[in-house]
Amino acid sequence: MRIGSPKETYAADESLFRTRTQWVWFGILLLSLVLYPFMANLYWLYLVCLICINIISATGLNILTGYTGQVSLGQAAFMGVGAYTVAWLDNNASTPFIMNLLAAGAVTTVVGIIAGLPSLRVKGLYLAIATIAASFILQFIFINWESVTRGTRGINIEPPTLFGVEFDNPDTFYWLVVPVTVVMLILAANLFRTRVGRAFIAIRDRDISASVLGINLPLYKLMSFAIASFYAGIAGGFYAYFYGSINPESFPLLLSIFFLAAIIVGGLGTILGSILGAVFMTLTPELLRYGVDVLEPFVHDASALLSPVRTMVFGLLIVGFLLFEPHGLAEIWRRIRRFFHLWPFRN
Amino acid sequence: MDWLFFFEVSLAGLGFGALYALTGVAFVVIYKATRVINLAMGEMLMFGAYLFFGFAAGFMLPVWLAIVLALAGGALLGLTLERLVIRPLLGENPISVFMVTIGLASVLVGLVEIIWTAAPRSLPGFLPDDPIFIGDAFVAPKTFWSFIIAGVVIAVFLVLFRFWRGGVALRATASDQGAAYAMGINVPAVYSLSWGLAGMLAAGAGLLLGSIAGISSEMGFFGLTVLVVVIVGGLDSVLGALVAGLLIGWIESLAGVYLGGEYEHLVTFIILMVVLLLRPWGLFGTREIERL
Repeated sequence: MRIGSPKETYAADESLFRTRTQWVWFGILLLSLVLYPFMANLYWLYLVCLICINIISATGLNILTGYTGQVSLGQAAFMGVGAYTVAWLDNNASTPFIMNLLAAGAVTTVVGIIAGLPSLRVKGLYLAIATIAASFILQFIFINWESVTRGTRGINIEPPTLFGVEFDNPDTFYWLVVPVTVVMLILAANLFRTRVGRAFIAIRDRDISASVLGINLPLYKLMSFAIASFYAGIAGGFYAYFYGSINPESFPLLLSIFFLAAIIVGGLGTILGSILGAVFMTLTPELLRYGVDVLEPFVHDASALLSPVRTMVFGLLIVGFLLFEPHGLAEIWRRIRRFFHLWPFRN
Repeated sequence: MDWLFFFEVSLAGLGFGALYALTGVAFVVIYKATRVINLAMGEMLMFGAYLFFGFAAGFMLPVWLAIVLALAGGALLGLTLERLVIRPLLGENPISVFMVTIGLASVLVGLVEIIWTAAPRSLPGFLPDDPIFIGDAFVAPKTFWSFIIAGVVIAVFLVLFRFWRGGVALRATASDQGAAYAMGINVPAVYSLSWGLAGMLAAGAGLLLGSIAGISSEMGFFGLTVLVVVIVGGLDSVLGALVAGLLIGWIESLAGVYLGGEYEHLVTFIILMVVLLLRPWGLFGTREIERL
């Protein structure tokens, strides 16, 4: 049961963490993130890095789809733009990696705004289809703009260095990607305490009513596209540095569906949902791989089944969550919390 | 410019366009009756083709029986999907339903890869393969026959929509569900009917496409081009699906030959973008008016 949390100002009532307990939990979370690398092995560090990249991208998509209601199937292609920006800068200009990442974000933002232009004219499903088209056009550019992207051969990227430390494997990369993820998540959460974020939510709930209330629809829709693609660009930049090589195959439409699935499974329109969804969807294939290893002695050619089973499980997760738990894992989490808040009174 | 070559390329494109039109009609039937944009259409088509492959090459059934069973299987798939997944989402946000069909597409791809593996295969031939000439122009026989078959099937369906009781019920439901229900039409049955018919059409298109180009678990990509076709034609217009199907098939084939294979899909998606920006309701679609 929660008691004794009086608020004296509206600012306090709207703040991100409203009670001391929440601050304590947040501190514990940060502390465990700091301690984690000293306890985990390389494989688990690799997974956390991958999860962080996916969280950044999923958060961007959640701002666009979950909060603003503009369905996008282009998030993977936007990530590709970020990754190629980093790759090009890394190979052609010896700028520091922080600049490269920011440039990735900036270039992707511009591309995202262009790709978001159809949102001024069409909405809902039509917009989703327009983003599929945009993602194919970007894919075409990745393959055929040979002088920049080196086509299907792909590009190699040197690992980033800072103060003489080379972030070339997960145990160092962790210190790069995790802080950025935390900062970007806090920024995203704070966005929805501002006029801009509330305008996004108003557009999602009813765009015409929002425009009657004085929200400039074209401006805010494009702004939402810009923010979503900035997140995708940063995630793509990290992706390029993390894997050290990219090619057009790295960013298929399937990856966009993966991110959409992640925010559906996690919970549309919540920051917590992006985190839970990205964690869940990144760990599911690993779990399947583990399952296949267990089955290996009993089933003939079990490892060949891995990829199709993964495809099918992704599909089943999307269908299952939309049918039975449309608010996603975040809703389950809320239910658990509510249980403890109401504990002695309701059981 | 070599006009004979141009003519041949155009014929090949129209032949392919007929398959787009056929699948497009399936798409439109579902959209008209249930207002669902079915992104799993390409995968339903693929599933039909694989069913035929399984019956004809796996169980060694005679070709005609395999065709009948594959069509029945496609219809059954449509019915099952509608009943189990689409019906419970009735009245939900259309975007949720759209995303559910994306999930279904993924499930079908996984299912096909588990049963038949991801390797591309070729279907047992069932179309005549004597070379065909129209004037001086050569047409690949499979393309020619699939064009004829698709044309006949579409014609039959148009007649059914016009005169058959079920077809009339379908059109009535499409124009006003409440009024249709008040007139004694069993609207839920019409939902099932539309998905069943569409499943069957898709399976038929899958057979034809598979016999021309072979089958693989990536065949569902065809569904994305069909999506372009129905958007260009207008989501709720059968005529639109026919015209746009042929048009897109023709343009794709021209782009593939004169610009290079990689431009085929680029051109389609650029057309899609242009149509969405200029005329989102398509060439023959109904313009939606938003009410508050």
